[in-house]
Amino acid sequence: MSSLQSLDVVARSATTTPTPQVRTAVPEVAKLIDESKCIGCKACQVACMTWNDLRDEVGENVGVFDNPTNLTPTSWTVMKFYEVAPQEGSLEWLIRKDGCMHCEDPGCLKACPAPGAIIKYANGIVDFISENCIGCGYCIKGCPFDVPRISLKDSKAYKCNLCTDRVSVGLQPACVKTCPTGAISFGTKDDMVTYGEQRAGELRERGFQHAGLYNPQGVGGTHVMYVLKHADQPGLVGLPADPTINPMVEVWKGIAKPLAVAGVIGAMVVGFIHYMKVGPIEDKAEKEDA
Amino acid sequence: MAQKLLQRYKDGDRLNHWFIALMFFLAGLSGLAFFHPSLFFLSSLFGGGQWARILHPFLGVLMMIGFLGLFFKLWRDNRITPADREWRKHAGRMFRGDKAGMPPVGKYNYGQKIVFWLMFFSLVVLLVTGIMFWRPWFAPFFSIDVMRVAVLLHSVSAVVLILGTIVHIYAVIWVKGTARAMTRGTVTEGWAKLHHPLWHEEQSKSQ
Repeated sequence: MSSLQSLDVVARSATTTPTPQVRTAVPEVAKLIDESKCIGCKACQVACMTWNDLRDEVGENVGVFDNPTNLTPTSWTVMKFYEVAPQEGSLEWLIRKDGCMHCEDPGCLKACPAPGAIIKYANGIVDFISENCIGCGYCIKGCPFDVPRISLKDSKAYKCNLCTDRVSVGLQPACVKTCPTGAISFGTKDDMVTYGEQRAGELRERGFQHAGLYNPQGVGGTHVMYVLKHADQPGLVGLPADPTINPMVEVWKGIAKPLAVAGVIGAMVVGFIHYMKVGPIEDKAEKEDA
Repeated sequence: MAQKLLQRYKDGDRLNHWFIALMFFLAGLSGLAFFHPSLFFLSSLFGGGQWARILHPFLGVLMMIGFLGLFFKLWRDNRITPADREWRKHAGRMFRGDKAGMPPVGKYNYGQKIVFWLMFFSLVVLLVTGIMFWRPWFAPFFSIDVMRVAVLLHSVSAVVLILGTIVHIYAVIWVKGTARAMTRGTVTEGWAKLHHPLWHEEQSKSQ
Protein backbone atom coordinates (compact mmCIF):
# COMPACT_ATOMS: atom_id res chain seq x y z
CA MET A 1 0.00 0.00 0.00
CA SER A 2 0.95 3.62 -0.11
CA SER A 3 2.58 5.42 2.73
CA LEU A 4 -0.17 7.55 4.21
CA GLN A 5 0.87 10.59 6.17
CA SER A 6 -0.17 8.78 9.23
CA LEU A 7 0.00 10.06 12.77
CA ASP A 8 -1.14 6.79 14.27
CA VAL A 9 1.58 4.27 13.52
CA VAL A 10 2.05 2.22 16.68
CA ALA A 11 4.72 -0.16 15.37
CA ARG A 12 7.22 0.06 12.54
CA SER A 13 9.55 -2.71 11.37
CA ALA A 14 13.31 -2.49 12.12
CA THR A 15 12.85 0.78 13.97
CA THR A 16 14.22 1.43 17.44
CA THR A 17 12.82 4.92 18.02
CA PRO A 18 9.16 5.84 18.69
CA THR A 19 6.85 6.03 15.70
CA PRO A 20 4.54 9.01 15.02
CA GLN A 21 1.59 8.25 17.29
CA VAL A 22 0.12 11.48 18.63
CA ARG A 23 -3.30 10.46 17.40
CA THR A 24 -4.40 8.30 20.29
CA ALA A 25 -8.21 8.34 20.17
CA VAL A 26 -8.32 5.72 17.44
CA PRO A 27 -10.55 2.76 18.20
CA GLU A 28 -9.21 -0.68 17.32
CA VAL A 29 -11.07 -2.24 14.44
CA ALA A 30 -11.75 -5.82 13.46
CA LYS A 31 -13.27 -7.88 10.72
CA LEU A 32 -15.45 -10.79 11.77
CA ILE A 33 -15.94 -13.70 9.38
CA ASP A 34 -18.88 -15.93 10.28
CA GLU A 35 -18.18 -19.35 8.81
CA SER A 36 -21.77 -20.44 9.35
CA LYS A 37 -23.16 -17.68 7.13
CA CYS A 38 -20.69 -18.06 4.27
CA ILE A 39 -22.03 -19.60 1.05
CA GLY A 40 -18.71 -19.63 -0.79
CA CYS A 41 -19.81 -17.26 -3.57
CA LYS A 42 -16.37 -15.62 -3.77
CA ALA A 43 -17.88 -12.14 -4.07
CA CYS A 44 -15.30 -11.05 -1.49
CA GLN A 45 -12.51 -12.31 -3.74
CA VAL A 46 -13.93 -10.31 -6.64
CA ALA A 47 -14.45 -7.21 -4.50
CA CYS A 48 -10.87 -7.45 -3.28
CA MET A 49 -9.39 -7.62 -6.76
CA THR A 50 -11.70 -4.88 -7.99
CA TRP A 51 -11.02 -2.40 -5.22
CA ASN A 52 -7.28 -3.08 -5.16
CA ASP A 53 -7.07 -3.29 -8.97
CA LEU A 54 -5.44 -6.70 -8.93
CA ARG A 55 -5.71 -9.30 -11.70
CA ASP A 56 -4.40 -12.72 -10.89
CA GLU A 57 -3.59 -15.13 -13.68
CA VAL A 58 -6.46 -17.29 -14.81
CA GLY A 59 -5.37 -20.52 -13.15
CA GLU A 60 -6.13 -24.18 -13.62
CA ASN A 61 -9.33 -25.85 -12.51
CA VAL A 62 -8.12 -28.40 -10.00
CA GLY A 63 -11.48 -30.17 -9.76
CA VAL A 64 -12.76 -28.37 -6.67
CA PHE A 65 -14.02 -24.87 -6.05
CA ASP A 66 -10.71 -23.48 -4.79
CA ASN A 67 -9.40 -21.02 -7.37
CA PRO A 68 -6.73 -19.88 -6.99
CA THR A 69 -5.84 -22.70 -4.63
CA ASN A 70 -3.89 -20.44 -2.32
CA LEU A 71 -3.06 -16.82 -1.64
CA THR A 72 -0.84 -15.21 -4.28
CA PRO A 73 0.81 -11.79 -4.64
CA THR A 74 -2.29 -10.68 -6.55
CA SER A 75 -4.96 -12.63 -4.64
CA TRP A 76 -5.00 -11.18 -1.15
CA THR A 77 -8.05 -13.14 -0.11
CA VAL A 78 -9.06 -16.62 -1.24
CA MET A 79 -12.02 -18.86 -0.41
CA LYS A 80 -10.88 -22.25 0.80
CA PHE A 81 -13.22 -25.23 0.80
CA TYR A 82 -12.93 -28.18 3.15
CA GLU A 83 -14.83 -31.48 3.10
CA VAL A 84 -14.43 -32.74 6.64
CA ALA A 85 -15.85 -35.21 9.15
CA PRO A 86 -15.72 -33.45 12.54
CA GLN A 87 -17.34 -36.48 14.16
CA GLU A 88 -17.49 -40.02 12.91
CA GLY A 89 -20.18 -40.42 10.32
CA SER A 90 -20.81 -36.72 9.87
CA LEU A 91 -19.80 -34.94 6.71
CA GLU A 92 -19.53 -31.19 6.52
CA TRP A 93 -18.53 -28.75 3.84
CA LEU A 94 -16.72 -25.86 5.47
CA ILE A 95 -15.68 -22.69 3.74
CA ARG A 96 -13.11 -20.24 4.99
CA LYS A 97 -12.12 -16.88 3.59
CA ASP A 98 -8.33 -16.90 3.94
CA GLY A 99 -6.20 -13.78 4.19
CA CYS A 100 -4.13 -11.71 6.57
CA MET A 101 -5.25 -12.01 10.20
CA HIS A 102 -3.84 -8.60 11.22
CA CYS A 103 -2.26 -9.89 14.44
CA GLU A 104 -2.02 -7.63 17.44
CA ASP A 105 1.57 -8.90 17.74
CA PRO A 106 2.52 -9.30 14.06
CA GLY A 107 5.28 -11.83 13.38
CA CYS A 108 5.93 -10.35 9.93
CA LEU A 109 6.69 -6.97 11.47
CA LYS A 110 8.96 -8.53 14.06
CA ALA A 111 10.94 -10.44 11.41
CA CYS A 112 11.19 -7.61 8.85
CA PRO A 113 14.72 -6.10 8.57
CA ALA A 114 13.76 -3.10 6.42
CA PRO A 115 12.83 0.04 8.39
CA GLY A 116 9.23 1.00 7.77
CA ALA A 117 8.44 -1.79 5.30
CA ILE A 118 5.80 -3.14 7.68
CA ILE A 119 3.78 -0.94 9.98
CA LYS A 120 0.91 -1.38 12.37
CA TYR A 121 -1.61 1.40 12.75
CA ALA A 122 -3.30 2.30 16.04
CA ASN A 123 -6.52 0.77 14.72
CA GLY A 124 -4.74 -2.58 14.50
CA ILE A 125 -4.28 -2.83 10.72
CA VAL A 126 -0.93 -4.29 9.66
CA ASP A 127 0.24 -2.83 6.36
CA PHE A 128 3.14 -3.49 3.99
CA ILE A 129 4.74 -0.28 2.69
CA SER A 130 5.98 -1.66 -0.60
CA GLU A 131 8.42 1.15 -1.41
CA ASN A 132 10.43 0.18 1.70
CA CYS A 133 10.22 -3.57 1.07
CA ILE A 134 13.54 -5.14 0.06
CA GLY A 135 12.13 -8.54 -0.93
CA CYS A 136 14.06 -10.68 1.56
CA GLY A 137 11.10 -12.86 2.54
CA TYR A 138 11.65 -12.61 6.29
CA CYS A 139 7.96 -11.71 6.78
CA ILE A 140 7.09 -15.18 5.48
CA LYS A 141 9.17 -16.73 8.27
CA GLY A 142 7.61 -14.46 10.89
CA CYS A 143 3.98 -15.08 9.91
CA PRO A 144 2.21 -17.87 11.85
CA PHE A 145 -0.55 -18.06 9.21
CA ASP A 146 1.46 -18.38 5.95
CA VAL A 147 0.02 -15.19 4.50
CA PRO A 148 2.66 -12.92 2.87
CA ARG A 149 3.49 -13.65 -0.77
CA ILE A 150 6.44 -12.24 -2.67
CA SER A 151 5.87 -11.29 -6.27
CA LEU A 152 8.30 -12.72 -8.80
CA LYS A 153 7.76 -9.60 -10.92
CA ASP A 154 9.03 -7.01 -8.46
CA SER A 155 10.32 -8.96 -5.42
CA LYS A 156 7.91 -7.15 -3.10
CA ALA A 157 5.76 -8.76 -0.42
CA TYR A 158 1.99 -8.43 -0.69
CA LYS A 159 -1.02 -9.26 1.44
CA CYS A 160 -4.43 -7.95 2.54
CA ASN A 161 -4.21 -4.50 4.09
CA LEU A 162 -7.77 -4.62 5.41
CA CYS A 163 -8.50 -1.87 2.85
CA THR A 164 -6.72 0.62 5.06
CA ASP A 165 -7.34 3.30 2.41
CA ARG A 166 -11.10 2.73 2.78
CA VAL A 167 -11.05 2.35 6.56
CA SER A 168 -9.05 5.55 7.00
CA VAL A 169 -11.88 7.51 5.37
CA GLY A 170 -14.61 5.74 7.32
CA LEU A 171 -15.57 3.04 4.81
CA GLN A 172 -15.78 -0.72 5.33
CA PRO A 173 -13.27 -3.03 3.63
CA ALA A 174 -14.36 -3.99 0.12
CA CYS A 175 -15.01 -7.65 1.03
CA VAL A 176 -17.29 -6.63 3.91
CA LYS A 177 -19.18 -4.18 1.72
CA THR A 178 -19.87 -6.79 -0.92
CA CYS A 179 -20.69 -9.90 1.12
CA PRO A 180 -24.29 -10.81 0.17
CA THR A 181 -25.08 -12.90 3.26
CA GLY A 182 -23.60 -10.69 5.93
CA ALA A 183 -21.01 -13.34 6.75
CA ILE A 184 -18.35 -10.63 7.01
CA SER A 185 -18.85 -7.76 9.41
CA PHE A 186 -16.61 -4.89 10.32
CA GLY A 187 -16.52 -2.59 13.33
CA THR A 188 -14.59 -1.87 16.48
CA LYS A 189 -12.71 -4.80 17.91
CA ASP A 190 -14.85 -4.73 21.08
CA ASP A 191 -18.09 -4.78 19.10
CA MET A 192 -16.88 -7.60 16.88
CA VAL A 193 -15.79 -9.71 19.86
CA THR A 194 -19.21 -9.20 21.48
CA TYR A 195 -21.05 -9.96 18.24
CA GLY A 196 -18.84 -12.96 17.53
CA GLU A 197 -19.45 -14.44 20.98
CA GLN A 198 -23.17 -13.89 20.53
CA ARG A 199 -23.15 -15.65 17.13
CA ALA A 200 -21.15 -18.53 18.61
CA GLY A 201 -23.73 -18.80 21.39
CA GLU A 202 -26.56 -18.98 18.86
CA LEU A 203 -24.71 -21.73 16.99
CA ARG A 204 -24.20 -23.68 20.21
CA GLU A 205 -27.93 -23.47 20.87
CA ARG A 206 -28.53 -24.87 17.41
CA GLY A 207 -26.41 -27.94 18.08
CA PHE A 208 -22.87 -26.88 17.21
CA GLN A 209 -21.60 -27.61 20.71
CA HIS A 210 -18.09 -26.42 20.05
CA ALA A 211 -18.89 -23.25 18.14
CA GLY A 212 -16.72 -20.34 19.21
CA LEU A 213 -14.79 -17.22 18.33
CA TYR A 214 -11.31 -17.58 16.81
CA ASN A 215 -9.30 -14.70 18.22
CA PRO A 216 -5.99 -16.45 19.06
CA GLN A 217 -4.27 -14.99 22.11
CA GLY A 218 -0.87 -16.44 21.19
CA VAL A 219 -0.44 -13.49 18.82
CA GLY A 220 -2.19 -11.05 21.16
CA GLY A 221 -5.52 -11.57 19.42
CA THR A 222 -6.22 -10.75 15.78
CA HIS A 223 -8.03 -7.99 13.93
CA VAL A 224 -9.57 -10.55 11.63
CA MET A 225 -11.58 -13.07 13.62
CA TYR A 226 -13.69 -16.07 12.71
CA VAL A 227 -16.85 -17.54 14.14
CA LEU A 228 -16.10 -21.25 13.76
CA LYS A 229 -18.65 -24.03 13.95
CA HIS A 230 -15.93 -26.27 15.37
CA ALA A 231 -13.75 -23.89 17.32
CA ASP A 232 -12.25 -26.86 19.18
CA GLN A 233 -10.76 -28.06 15.88
CA PRO A 234 -9.61 -25.00 13.93
CA GLY A 235 -7.38 -27.35 11.93
CA LEU A 236 -10.51 -28.50 10.07
CA VAL A 237 -10.36 -25.26 8.10
CA GLY A 238 -6.58 -25.00 7.97
CA LEU A 239 -6.15 -22.69 10.97
CA PRO A 240 -3.47 -23.32 13.61
CA ALA A 241 -4.94 -24.24 17.00
CA ASP A 242 -2.63 -22.00 18.99
CA PRO A 243 -0.67 -19.77 16.62
CA THR A 244 2.40 -17.99 17.98
CA ILE A 245 5.42 -16.39 16.42
CA ASN A 246 7.80 -19.32 15.88
CA PRO A 247 10.37 -19.68 18.70
CA MET A 248 13.19 -19.70 16.10
CA VAL A 249 12.04 -16.28 14.94
CA GLU A 250 11.68 -15.07 18.54
CA VAL A 251 15.27 -16.08 19.33
CA TRP A 252 16.62 -14.73 16.02
CA LYS A 253 14.84 -11.39 16.34
CA GLY A 254 15.01 -11.25 20.13
CA ILE A 255 17.98 -12.24 22.25
CA ALA A 256 20.30 -13.05 19.30
CA LYS A 257 20.49 -9.43 18.14
CA PRO A 258 21.79 -7.69 21.31
CA LEU A 259 23.88 -10.76 22.22
CA ALA A 260 25.67 -10.82 18.88
CA VAL A 261 26.29 -7.07 18.79
CA ALA A 262 27.59 -7.20 22.37
CA GLY A 263 29.77 -10.20 21.51
CA VAL A 264 31.37 -8.58 18.49
CA ILE A 265 31.98 -5.24 20.21
CA GLY A 266 33.12 -7.09 23.34
CA ALA A 267 35.70 -9.11 21.37
CA MET A 268 37.17 -5.91 19.94
CA VAL A 269 37.30 -4.25 23.37
CA VAL A 270 38.97 -7.32 24.91
CA GLY A 271 41.56 -7.27 22.11
CA PHE A 272 42.25 -3.58 22.69
CA ILE A 273 42.64 -3.99 26.44
CA HIS A 274 44.85 -7.05 25.96
CA TYR A 275 47.16 -5.12 23.64
CA MET A 276 47.31 -2.19 26.05
CA LYS A 277 48.04 -4.34 29.10
CA VAL A 278 50.08 -7.27 27.76
CA GLY A 279 51.44 -5.74 24.59
CA PRO A 280 52.71 -7.40 21.43
CA ILE A 281 54.88 -10.46 21.06
CA GLU A 282 58.06 -9.46 19.28
CA ASP A 283 61.24 -11.07 18.15
CA LYS A 284 63.66 -9.26 20.47
CA ALA A 285 66.77 -10.31 18.54
CA GLU A 286 65.30 -8.82 15.38
CA LYS A 287 64.88 -5.47 17.10
CA GLU A 288 68.53 -5.38 18.09
CA ASP A 289 69.49 -6.23 14.53
CA ALA A 290 67.58 -3.27 13.22
CA MET B 1 72.85 -7.81 8.82
CA ALA B 2 69.66 -8.52 6.95
CA GLN B 3 67.83 -11.62 8.11
CA LYS B 4 67.21 -14.62 5.93
CA LEU B 5 63.63 -14.76 4.68
CA LEU B 6 61.47 -17.84 4.44
CA GLN B 7 58.61 -18.21 1.97
CA ARG B 8 55.31 -18.79 3.84
CA TYR B 9 52.60 -18.06 1.25
CA LYS B 10 52.85 -18.10 -2.54
CA ASP B 11 51.59 -15.21 -4.71
CA GLY B 12 48.39 -17.00 -5.70
CA ASP B 13 47.52 -17.89 -2.11
CA ARG B 14 48.04 -14.32 -0.96
CA LEU B 15 45.91 -12.89 -3.76
CA ASN B 16 43.22 -15.43 -2.92
CA HIS B 17 43.45 -14.55 0.78
CA TRP B 18 42.81 -10.87 0.07
CA PHE B 19 39.98 -11.74 -2.27
CA ILE B 20 38.38 -13.76 0.54
CA ALA B 21 38.98 -10.88 2.95
CA LEU B 22 37.30 -8.40 0.61
CA MET B 23 34.33 -10.72 0.09
CA PHE B 24 34.13 -11.28 3.85
CA PHE B 25 33.80 -7.56 4.47
CA LEU B 26 31.30 -7.02 1.65
CA ALA B 27 29.14 -10.04 2.52
CA GLY B 28 29.51 -9.24 6.22
CA LEU B 29 28.53 -5.59 5.98
CA SER B 30 25.58 -6.29 3.67
CA GLY B 31 24.44 -9.13 5.93
CA LEU B 32 24.76 -7.12 9.15
CA ALA B 33 22.46 -4.54 7.56
CA PHE B 34 19.63 -7.07 7.85
CA PHE B 35 20.64 -8.38 11.23
CA HIS B 36 20.11 -5.37 13.45
CA PRO B 37 18.05 -2.22 12.76
CA SER B 38 20.91 -0.06 14.02
CA LEU B 39 23.09 -1.48 11.24
CA PHE B 40 20.60 -1.09 8.38
CA PHE B 41 22.47 2.05 7.26
CA LEU B 42 25.20 -0.30 5.99
CA SER B 43 22.88 -1.24 3.14
CA SER B 44 23.53 2.26 1.71
CA LEU B 45 27.07 1.11 0.89
CA PHE B 46 25.55 -1.31 -1.59
CA GLY B 47 22.98 1.01 -3.16
CA GLY B 48 20.13 0.52 -0.70
CA GLY B 49 18.27 -2.34 0.95
CA GLN B 50 17.14 -3.98 -2.29
CA TRP B 51 20.65 -4.06 -3.77
CA ALA B 52 22.19 -5.25 -0.52
CA ARG B 53 19.65 -8.09 -0.50
CA ILE B 54 20.37 -8.97 -4.13
CA LEU B 55 24.19 -8.81 -3.82
CA HIS B 56 24.68 -10.43 -0.40
CA PRO B 57 24.28 -14.09 -1.45
CA PHE B 58 26.55 -13.69 -4.48
CA LEU B 59 29.25 -12.10 -2.30
CA GLY B 60 28.89 -14.97 0.15
CA VAL B 61 29.23 -17.62 -2.55
CA LEU B 62 32.34 -15.87 -3.94
CA MET B 63 33.85 -15.84 -0.44
CA MET B 64 33.16 -19.58 -0.11
CA ILE B 65 34.71 -20.36 -3.49
CA GLY B 66 37.84 -18.42 -2.54
CA PHE B 67 37.99 -20.06 0.86
CA LEU B 68 37.74 -23.55 -0.59
CA GLY B 69 40.78 -22.75 -2.75
CA LEU B 70 42.73 -21.99 0.40
CA PHE B 71 41.13 -24.81 2.37
CA PHE B 72 42.35 -27.60 0.12
CA LYS B 73 45.90 -26.24 0.32
CA LEU B 74 45.99 -25.76 4.06
CA TRP B 75 43.77 -28.34 5.72
CA ARG B 76 46.54 -30.92 6.13
CA ASP B 77 48.65 -28.46 8.08
CA ASN B 78 45.67 -27.71 10.29
CA ARG B 79 44.95 -31.21 11.53
CA ILE B 80 44.80 -31.27 15.32
CA THR B 81 47.64 -33.40 16.74
CA PRO B 82 48.45 -34.63 20.27
CA ALA B 83 51.11 -31.88 20.48
CA ASP B 84 48.32 -29.33 20.17
CA ARG B 85 46.84 -30.49 23.45
CA GLU B 86 50.10 -29.65 25.15
CA TRP B 87 49.98 -26.19 23.56
CA ARG B 88 46.40 -25.70 24.69
CA LYS B 89 47.41 -26.42 28.30
CA HIS B 90 49.90 -23.59 28.13
CA ALA B 91 47.67 -21.19 26.17
CA GLY B 92 47.03 -19.07 29.27
CA ARG B 93 50.71 -18.22 29.54
CA MET B 94 50.78 -17.13 25.91
CA PHE B 95 47.93 -14.69 26.54
CA ARG B 96 49.84 -13.28 29.50
CA GLY B 97 52.69 -12.54 27.10
CA ASP B 98 54.96 -15.38 28.25
CA LYS B 99 55.97 -16.73 24.86
CA ALA B 100 59.02 -18.62 26.15
CA GLY B 101 56.99 -21.28 27.94
CA MET B 102 55.13 -22.47 24.85
CA PRO B 103 55.83 -25.90 23.39
CA PRO B 104 57.33 -25.79 19.85
CA VAL B 105 54.82 -25.79 16.99
CA GLY B 106 54.85 -26.53 13.27
CA LYS B 107 53.34 -24.40 10.53
CA TYR B 108 50.29 -23.56 12.65
CA ASN B 109 49.72 -23.49 16.39
CA TYR B 110 46.60 -24.79 18.10
CA GLY B 111 44.95 -21.37 18.19
CA GLN B 112 45.45 -20.87 14.45
CA LYS B 113 44.06 -24.32 13.75
CA ILE B 114 40.96 -23.64 15.82
CA VAL B 115 40.34 -20.39 13.91
CA PHE B 116 40.84 -22.27 10.64
CA TRP B 117 38.24 -24.92 11.45
CA LEU B 118 35.88 -22.37 13.01
CA MET B 119 35.94 -20.40 9.77
CA PHE B 120 35.52 -23.51 7.66
CA PHE B 121 32.52 -24.86 9.55
CA SER B 122 30.80 -21.50 9.91
CA LEU B 123 31.22 -20.90 6.17
CA VAL B 124 29.74 -24.30 5.35
CA VAL B 125 26.73 -23.59 7.59
CA LEU B 126 26.40 -20.10 6.10
CA LEU B 127 26.42 -21.49 2.56
CA VAL B 128 23.97 -24.33 3.18
CA THR B 129 21.50 -22.29 5.24
CA GLY B 130 21.88 -19.24 3.01
CA ILE B 131 20.85 -21.21 -0.07
CA MET B 132 17.73 -22.33 1.79
CA PHE B 133 16.27 -18.82 1.86
CA TRP B 134 17.92 -17.34 -1.22
CA ARG B 135 15.19 -15.58 -3.14
CA PRO B 136 13.85 -16.02 -5.69
CA TRP B 137 15.62 -19.18 -6.82
CA PHE B 138 16.07 -21.61 -3.97
CA ALA B 139 13.72 -20.49 -1.18
CA PRO B 140 10.61 -21.98 -2.86
CA PHE B 141 12.09 -25.47 -2.48
CA PHE B 142 12.20 -25.27 1.32
CA SER B 143 9.36 -25.25 3.82
CA ILE B 144 8.79 -22.23 6.03
CA ASP B 145 9.77 -24.23 9.13
CA VAL B 146 13.07 -25.25 7.57
CA MET B 147 13.76 -21.64 6.57
CA ARG B 148 13.06 -20.48 10.14
CA VAL B 149 15.80 -22.78 11.43
CA ALA B 150 18.04 -21.74 8.53
CA VAL B 151 17.84 -17.99 9.22
CA LEU B 152 18.71 -18.51 12.88
CA LEU B 153 21.66 -20.82 12.09
CA HIS B 154 22.77 -18.39 9.37
CA SER B 155 22.99 -15.50 11.84
CA VAL B 156 24.64 -17.61 14.55
CA SER B 157 27.32 -18.90 12.20
CA ALA B 158 27.83 -15.41 10.80
CA VAL B 159 28.57 -14.16 14.31
CA VAL B 160 30.94 -17.10 14.86
CA LEU B 161 32.74 -16.23 11.61
CA ILE B 162 32.99 -12.55 12.58
CA LEU B 163 34.34 -13.43 16.04
CA GLY B 164 36.84 -15.84 14.44
CA THR B 165 37.96 -13.10 12.09
CA ILE B 166 38.40 -10.63 14.94
CA VAL B 167 40.68 -13.17 16.65
CA HIS B 168 42.44 -13.77 13.30
CA ILE B 169 43.11 -10.05 12.75
CA TYR B 170 44.05 -9.39 16.36
CA ALA B 171 46.61 -12.20 16.32
CA VAL B 172 48.35 -10.42 13.43
CA ILE B 173 48.38 -7.11 15.29
CA TRP B 174 49.54 -8.86 18.45
CA VAL B 175 52.33 -11.05 17.04
CA LYS B 176 54.72 -8.70 15.29
CA GLY B 177 56.24 -9.77 12.00
CA THR B 178 53.24 -11.89 11.00
CA ALA B 179 51.51 -9.53 8.59
CA ARG B 180 54.29 -9.74 6.00
CA ALA B 181 53.49 -13.43 5.51
CA MET B 182 50.29 -12.35 3.76
CA THR B 183 51.61 -9.15 2.17
CA ARG B 184 55.13 -10.03 0.99
CA GLY B 185 54.72 -13.79 1.31
CA THR B 186 57.85 -14.17 3.42
CA VAL B 187 58.70 -14.11 7.12
CA THR B 188 62.03 -13.55 8.82
CA GLU B 189 64.01 -16.49 10.07
CA GLY B 190 63.83 -15.08 13.58
CA TRP B 191 60.05 -14.98 13.42
CA ALA B 192 59.90 -18.56 12.20
CA LYS B 193 62.26 -19.81 14.90
CA LEU B 194 60.36 -18.01 17.61
CA HIS B 195 56.80 -18.88 16.62
CA HIS B 196 56.99 -21.99 14.45
CA PRO B 197 60.29 -23.68 15.26
CA LEU B 198 59.28 -27.09 13.86
CA TRP B 199 58.20 -25.48 10.60
CA HIS B 200 61.48 -23.58 10.53
CA GLU B 201 63.41 -26.80 10.92
CA GLU B 202 61.42 -28.43 8.17
CA GLN B 203 61.97 -25.49 5.81
CA SER B 204 65.67 -25.34 6.56
CA LYS B 205 66.05 -29.06 5.84
CA SER B 206 64.22 -28.97 2.56
CA GLN B 207 66.31 -26.09 1.28
